[in-house]
Amino acid sequence: MATVQRRQVVKAGLGLMGLAASSRFSFSLAQQDPIRIGVVLSYSGPYARLGQEITRGMELYLDKVGYQAGGRRIQLLREDEEADPAVAVRKVRKLVEQDRVDLLSGIILSSSAYGIRDYVHERQIPLVVANAQANGITRERRSPYIFRTSISAWQQHYPMGPWVAQNAGKRVFLLALDYAFGREATAAFKEGFLQAGGEPVAELYTPLGSTDYSAVISRIAAARPEAVHAVLSGSDAVIFLRQFSQFGLNRTVRLAVSGEVTDETVLEAIGDAAVGAMSTNQWVYTLNNSANREFIRAYRQKYNAVPNHFALRGYDAMQFIVDAINTVQGDVTNRQRLLRAFESAKIISPRGFVQMDSVTNNVIQRVYVREVARIDGILTNRLLADLGVIRDPG
Amino acid sequence: MALLFLTQLLNSLAFAMLLFLLALGLSLIFGVACVINLAHGAFYLLGAYLGLALGSSLGSFWLALGLVPLLVGLLGVLVERFLLRGLHGQELEQVLITIGLGFVLADLLRAFFGAAIRSVPPPAELAGPLLLGSFVYPKYPLFVLIMGVLLFLLVRLLLTKTPFGVQVRAVTADPGMASTLGIQPARVSLLTFGIGTALAGMGGVVGAPMIALAPGLDAQMTLFALIVVVIGGLGRIEGAFWGAILVGLVDGFGRLFLPQLAMFLIFALMALVLALRPEGLLGRRMA
Repeated sequence: MATVQRRQVVKAGLGLMGLAASSRFSFSLAQQDPIRIGVVLSYSGPYARLGQEITRGMELYLDKVGYQAGGRRIQLLREDEEADPAVAVRKVRKLVEQDRVDLLSGIILSSSAYGIRDYVHERQIPLVVANAQANGITRERRSPYIFRTSISAWQQHYPMGPWVAQNAGKRVFLLALDYAFGREATAAFKEGFLQAGGEPVAELYTPLGSTDYSAVISRIAAARPEAVHAVLSGSDAVIFLRQFSQFGLNRTVRLAVSGEVTDETVLEAIGDAAVGAMSTNQWVYTLNNSANREFIRAYRQKYNAVPNHFALRGYDAMQFIVDAINTVQGDVTNRQRLLRAFESAKIISPRGFVQMDSVTNNVIQRVYVREVARIDGILTNRLLADLGVIRDPG
Repeated sequence: MALLFLTQLLNSLAFAMLLFLLALGLSLIFGVACVINLAHGAFYLLGAYLGLALGSSLGSFWLALGLVPLLVGLLGVLVERFLLRGLHGQELEQVLITIGLGFVLADLLRAFFGAAIRSVPPPAELAGPLLLGSFVYPKYPLFVLIMGVLLFLLVRLLLTKTPFGVQVRAVTADPGMASTLGIQPARVSLLTFGIGTALAGMGGVVGAPMIALAPGLDAQMTLFALIVVVIGGLGRIEGAFWGAILVGLVDGFGRLFLPQLAMFLIFALMALVLALRPEGLLGRRMA
């Protein structure tokens, strides 16, 4: 039956040769419909910029492969997560039930990841988490259908604890956003930090999307720590860093923060105020490998701006997806084969060699310490230390 | 601990001055035109975004601070003349129009400037901290604080010493009597609406470097301004001033010590004032 169909298609294709030559995708179109990938990201609210950058990264990688994988065309269907887990659940349902997508990706908020987990698991739709760092999603609440290509909160922040205790100071003020990501990241940092003899002087959680950090900064000034470990993202990071330097704390207190706080999207909004701030992340602008050079060149050429780790996360999520679809030769209906392709995926990322951990479905990768610096007139982060290959224990 | 108190006291007072700018406009407009302008927060947001756009294109915060209130005030005058004038005396309709206007303005701003939260840098002269021995405090909130107090004194002087101020007070007290004395309430109302919205726009420019700019801030600011005038008393600038200081302090220290309860404390304060002095702390008792 299958051969007959293929022969018919080939015949039809030959008959339409003249027409076909006019269209770039004609052959794949003649074979099958495009693979539909539902992408749920924040396009409004405090994380609007993150959503934009992750989308840019995804499109950058799709440009590279001509929007094709496994011989089929790739189509992205975007929905706004609005930095609200309830909205994320609604949008995922819509993409699955109404738009009938083959795969899901995106998800910025950790709490959104937890929110959609059960639905995705029950509907057996493969989900590639491009950002959300909630530990549990690849630990106690892991699912064979959910893969994370970014990094877990633990993986990113645990190795930073001992490093800060040894290189920045033992008395550290802990500040974080009051939701799953902020709490998990702070707990992971504290675990490593306490083991290395560090003393947290205070622990403070602030609501997501605050417009004013002056009360927080007053408390930091009063506590007189050697360093602040802040886990903030998007607009919260911008406002915090701006007020931190307005209050002159950047002269007396060191910043040893999560990579989100000194992301290039934040730096462009606050300028030189953060120069010298240290952070932990899976990618550094100055990493010297050919994939990174190509990523930076392509990003700068298309968007005329400095790339950032959110764009990288989008780029790599799409690289994992394209890699898995290539492995199954475009047949995404065979779920088991597709899941196995994801489990064994390995990519050459701008962050280096990255491999899916088939036990946890979370990627194994290197984690770096970075420092904000101006390099050739560009405000970005440079490599300070390599903390080695880190695997989330699951 | 003392330094923490002092820092947070200054933070709270600077925020209070921002609220005062808003509440002053709201209170003046209510006094003269008897309209609760629920688009007030939207005028604030308009001022803030215009300040952002003009500040970056002209390269001068001070120029934006001068121009934006004029533009926003002009819009306010047009709104009074073409939207509210025809509904004179129909208070419910006027309030509904201002709500609708607020939504339209806020959504236009969102369509034009996007949903991303913006942070505006303070002008170079006011960037960075001021060092007083061991006490470090940023210059910008101090500037807002001083500006608010000066503005309060200036407006009070204008209302008591100038002919226009006397007219405003006359119309506020009794529009019917004022018009028999040769004052045109319509003209006074038009100008007051312009001044009130210009103050909101000025609040936007001044507030943007202190707190961030985002969609939704309009509703938040309208709410704050309403709470201030309810607590302080409508129709008197002293009410707006002291009401703003009280709300600023409760908000600031609430967020420092009881972050989860900060908003609750403000509403509790308002409920208390309404229960004990329904006309507001400094309001005139209505007959």
